[in-house]
Formats: sequence, C-alpha cells, structure tokens
Amino acid sequence: MQIKTMAEYAANGENPEVLFWVGCAGSFDQRAQRITKAFAQILDKVAVKFAILGKEEMCTGDPARRSGNEFLFQMMAYNNIQTLNGYGVKKIVTACPHCFNVLKNEYPNLGGQYDVIHHTTFLQQLINEGRVRLKDGGSFKGKKITYHDSCYLGRGNNIYEAPREVLQALDVELVEMKRCRTNGLCCGAGGAQMFKEEEPGTTRINFERAEEALHTGANIIAANCPFCTTMLMDGVKNKEKEDDVKVMDIAEMVAASLAD
Amino acid sequence: MHLIQQIIFIICLGIAIYLFARKTGEIRRNIKLGRDEDLNDNPAQRWRNVLLLALGQKKMFKRPIPAILHFFVYAGFLLINIEVLEILIDGVFGTERVFQSTLGGFYNVVIGFFEILAVLTLVAVISFLVRRNVMKVRRLAMPELDGFPKRDANMILYIEIVLMTMLLIMNSAEGAIRVQEGTGNGFLISGLLTPLFSGVSIKTLLIVQRVCWWGHILGILAFLNYLPYSKHFHIILAFPNAYYLRLRPQGEMANMKEIQNEVLYMMHPELAPAATGEQPAHQRFGAKDVMDLSWKNLLDAYSCTECGRCTASCPANITGKKLSPRKIMMDTRDRLEEVGRNINANKSFVEDGKTLVHDYISVEELRACTTCQACVEACPVGIEPLSIINQLRRYLIMEESNAPQEWNMMSGNIENNMAPWKFSPDDRDKWAEELTAQS
Repeated sequence: MQIKTMAEYAANGENPEVLFWVGCAGSFDQRAQRITKAFAQILDKVAVKFAILGKEEMCTGDPARRSGNEFLFQMMAYNNIQTLNGYGVKKIVTACPHCFNVLKNEYPNLGGQYDVIHHTTFLQQLINEGRVRLKDGGSFKGKKITYHDSCYLGRGNNIYEAPREVLQALDVELVEMKRCRTNGLCCGAGGAQMFKEEEPGTTRINFERAEEALHTGANIIAANCPFCTTMLMDGVKNKEKEDDVKVMDIAEMVAASLAD
Repeated sequence: MHLIQQIIFIICLGIAIYLFARKTGEIRRNIKLGRDEDLNDNPAQRWRNVLLLALGQKKMFKRPIPAILHFFVYAGFLLINIEVLEILIDGVFGTERVFQSTLGGFYNVVIGFFEILAVLTLVAVISFLVRRNVMKVRRLAMPELDGFPKRDANMILYIEIVLMTMLLIMNSAEGAIRVQEGTGNGFLISGLLTPLFSGVSIKTLLIVQRVCWWGHILGILAFLNYLPYSKHFHIILAFPNAYYLRLRPQGEMANMKEIQNEVLYMMHPELAPAATGEQPAHQRFGAKDVMDLSWKNLLDAYSCTECGRCTASCPANITGKKLSPRKIMMDTRDRLEEVGRNINANKSFVEDGKTLVHDYISVEELRACTTCQACVEACPVGIEPLSIINQLRRYLIMEESNAPQEWNMMSGNIENNMAPWKFSPDDRDKWAEELTAQS
C-alpha cells in the first residue's frame, strides 16, 4: 500500500476525499502508531482516497493551550492553518480526540474552517454505508468488552453513541462501567497531565479508572484516544492483569475484523 | 390596634426591601467588576436552558434521591410564595386572608395543598440535616466546608423548619378558632393538630395565630436578607446563571484574541497597527485576581450553593489531590466579597497585596486539573469551575513563567520539534514508510 501526502496529491493536481490528521501520539508513540497503522489499513482496504500531511503536520497546540501557554498554542495554530488552507483542505479525520476538539472547535475562530470528524464516527459511517464490511463471527463476537469514554469526545463534544455503535457492529457483549457517558471518569492524561508527574494524592487517576474497567470483568477495554490507551494500559499493568485484559483502540478492533 | 399593626408591618417590609436592594446592588456591582463577555446570542436556546436546568432541574435528577427531596423544598418555595403574597397584602392593607373571598370554597383546597407542600418540605429539610450531620455524605462533609459554610448550610435548614412550623401552627390555631365558633373546620393538615388546642380559649388562640403570623412573615423577611450573604442565594441566581451559561461545546477553550493578534503581527508585521507613541495599557494575560475573570465567572461564584457535585466527579479530587472545583468557586466568591468590602470602605479598590491565585487558590490545586470537564457537566445550574482554572493557569504560565520543569520541556519540544516529545520532525511519517514496506 502507498500512503500519499497532501503535497503529492497537490503535485498531481488531485484532491483526496479526506485528510487523515495523525497527531503527535499517533505519529511518534509506539503504541499509538499501531492504532494509526490499523486505521490507515482500514482506509486503504475500503479504498477511501486519503492523504496525510506527513512531515508538514505539527502539534495542534492542545497541550500547550491547556497548560496555559496560549502564545505557543497560537503559533502552532497559525502554522497548521496556513498549511491546511494552503492545500484547500475541506475534510479532516483524526484518531485523537484532543486534535479533533482543537481542529473542530478552536481553529474556526482563527481562520481554519474544516469538516472535522473523529475516526470512530468515520468508522461508524463507513460501516453504515456498507463500505466497511465485517467478518461474520469475527474475533470479538460475544466477547465481554467495556468502553472508556474519552473526555474530549464525550463531554467535550457529546459523542457517546458512534463508538458504541461500532462495537455493536462487532457483535461484542458491551458491559458499561458505572461511570460512563456524561459521568465517565477521565484517564488522567488531559490538560497536559500526560507530560508531567501527577500532583500528590492517594492514588493515580489511571489506576482508579483501570480498576473500575477491570471490575466489569471485560477481556478488552475499548478506547478511542491514544492517551487514554496508554494510561489505561499502565493502569492494567499496575494490577498485573496485562496478560488477561487488553486495551485496544476501536480502529484496531475493526481492522482485525475486516471481511476479506 | 389593626392600624398600628399595619404601620409596623409596612415599616418592617420597607426596611427589609431596602436592605435587600442595597446588598444585591453591591453584588451586582461586584459581578460587574469582571471582564466583559457577550453572552446574549441565541436567546431561544438560553430560555430553553432556563426552563430545563433552573425551572425543570434536569441535571439534579442524575442523583434521584436528593433530587426528589430538593424538588419538595423547591416546589414548596415556589408555591407557598403565593400564600406569602396573601400575607403581604393582608399585612399592608389590614385585611384577613384576602384571597378567601375571591376563591370561595376552593381556597381551603389551595391552602390544604400548600400544607402538604409544607410537610414535604419539612421531611426534605430534616433528611438534609441527617445527610449532612449524621450520615455525613462525603461531598457534604469535606474540609473546605469547615466553619461558616457548614454553619450556613445548617442555618438555612433550621430557618426553613421554623418557617414551615410557624405556618402550620398559625393555620392550626385558626382552624381551632373556627371549630370553637362552629363556623367551619381546620385545614387539611394543620387541622390534624387542632386537638392540641382543645380547651384553649379563643383569645389565646388569636394570640397564637398572631404570633405565628408575625413570626412567619418576619422570618421570611429576615431570610430574604440572609440570602445574599449565604450559599442559598442560588435560589435566585440559578435562573440568570442558566440563561447565560455557555452554549459552545464544552471542549472548546475561550480564545485570546490579543495573543492571536500578537502572533499574526509577528508573522505579518505589515498588518500591525501603526505605533501611536503611547504606551498601551498593561494587559494581563490570564487571570491573577477576580477582576481579571469574566463577569460570568463571578456570577457563577455567587450562584454556587456548594453542593459539591463538581468535586464528587472530579478525577483529581477522587484520587486525593488538593483540587476541588467547589473550593475554586467558594474562593472566587470569598475573594470577590473581600474586594467588595474594600470598595465599600475606600470608594474604589485599594491594593491590598492579595490575589485570587496564591492567596486563595494554590498552584498545586491548579496543576492537578485534567480539563476533563466533569465539574462543568455535573453542575445543575451551569457553573464552570474549569473556565476559572484555565484562566488562572494562563496567568501562571504567561506572566509568572511558573510551570513544572516537565511542562517547560514539553513546550520546548513543541516549539522546536513540533511535538510534545523530543522526536525528530523528520520521523513524523516513519510509520507510513514502515506500513508501505510491510505490504
């Protein structure tokens, strides 16, 4: 398979159907790279004409802004919007809810207007349109799975159902945690916490959340965010359950269930 | 006799209204110390929020038991006020149960209904006292409530018990008089208490009725004036606060136009406004004190009734960190009240060497926030503790350069490597090369 950049499309005078905004975690973090690859494979398999920005992509500025560094955020936003507008990008899909939130809600004020969609919603649409076809009796059929709402997809943007519908399409047995949907508990990474040690407390937020997820008895914790995935994996490891319970992004689950 | 009572009543009412107007005027002035923020768009959606959140108490029903108990008190408050209106008219004009003549037989039904509400209110208020002081429900017994907040909460409940009891005894004494005179029966609920007054003379009953009448209405006027000093002010401010709550997605952080422009002028110096030679007024980045916050943040602070639903849902607080979103709101109000007293004493604010950040809210609290918006989601009246936290964090970073070392490294990486980690920007699409090579 060949993954083309916006620059390559532009050089041929072509436009892709959608830009895949990979994000820093998806680009550099080894665990998150597997999510990125899984999602790209799905897009390739069902022949969605997509592009990436490649080396031209930069951090959206989300952790800078949330830590309080508005200057740095505005600089990143300015540069990204220049790049995106330069290519005339209309539609963006991203596998990171933090990038999603910034691109969708915070760039329009700064001159970046795009149709932005999170990859779980995109997958749900592809399944509904019949473009993504899933194996009958896929590997997750009947498996006990719990779903962790990320803050920036859930409370931040009111998207609770699309990821759950994808899980239903995979025929899983969805068991909800007590704190789910609008009451979902954070994984502990947001607000630039991912990049610093937690403040002193009685436990870590990801330990608390992973314990709650383990309590459901699920074999898989489904996530929609590279940061949640890392945090929950650490929490599961802390309970020494990493051999029994996997943390997976919804894209990875779909990629493993594609019909031939 | 009646005339003297009328005059005393009018004087009491006048004083109560004057004091209340003066204090609420002060609060209005304090709220207006905040930054401008235009929140008048989309009135249809705003009225819907008032109906659903404030009037309909939609978010309260996430926790059904306190929601039902709260609904009793709320319904009691709204509807018994109709009876209070009657009492006010009677007091001013020297009439006696003025609505009785217009409503006829239906009047007793209405009063009976109010009495049911009064009893439900008593049940709810006693349950609240038990939840706070005996069961010690976690969010109602946290250390930030020690001292005045705890006394305030109990005081409100005691006052409500006294007011409801007076109302029932007053009605009951009246019923006893009617029974003795053979002119009618007692009211629905208070009539059950009438046997207590058997053998009591009509003269004494009249005194009991008058004492309770006066006690009830003076209690209400006193309570009215206690409100602006108390967390209970939410019964009024919940409505405007629901109207002005943010309509944008919760994930969106407010833009800072002045910094957006700085960056624009840096990239395109030709767009920068011509220098006028005057030094521009010092602009504060983020918020150091209450005056730097938006007026809506300050309205939020006065609307907070310290229920702690925000804190109970805060991941930092749940895991033992110092951050409590409720304390953020309480600190903001306490500091704003302090600034208000300063203005009362000095005509305009005189520097007192204190600020909201550091003196009231510590850096450690602010650092613990994951911006997960659970506090905003939890608030039944649309208060946004996160908005205040974000603005204080902006001040710490941009004006004090006060950041943990790890955040400085993160910012350095974003600036130099275009990612929060120290990776080479050239490797950003390495995964794509790997994937291409695989297939």
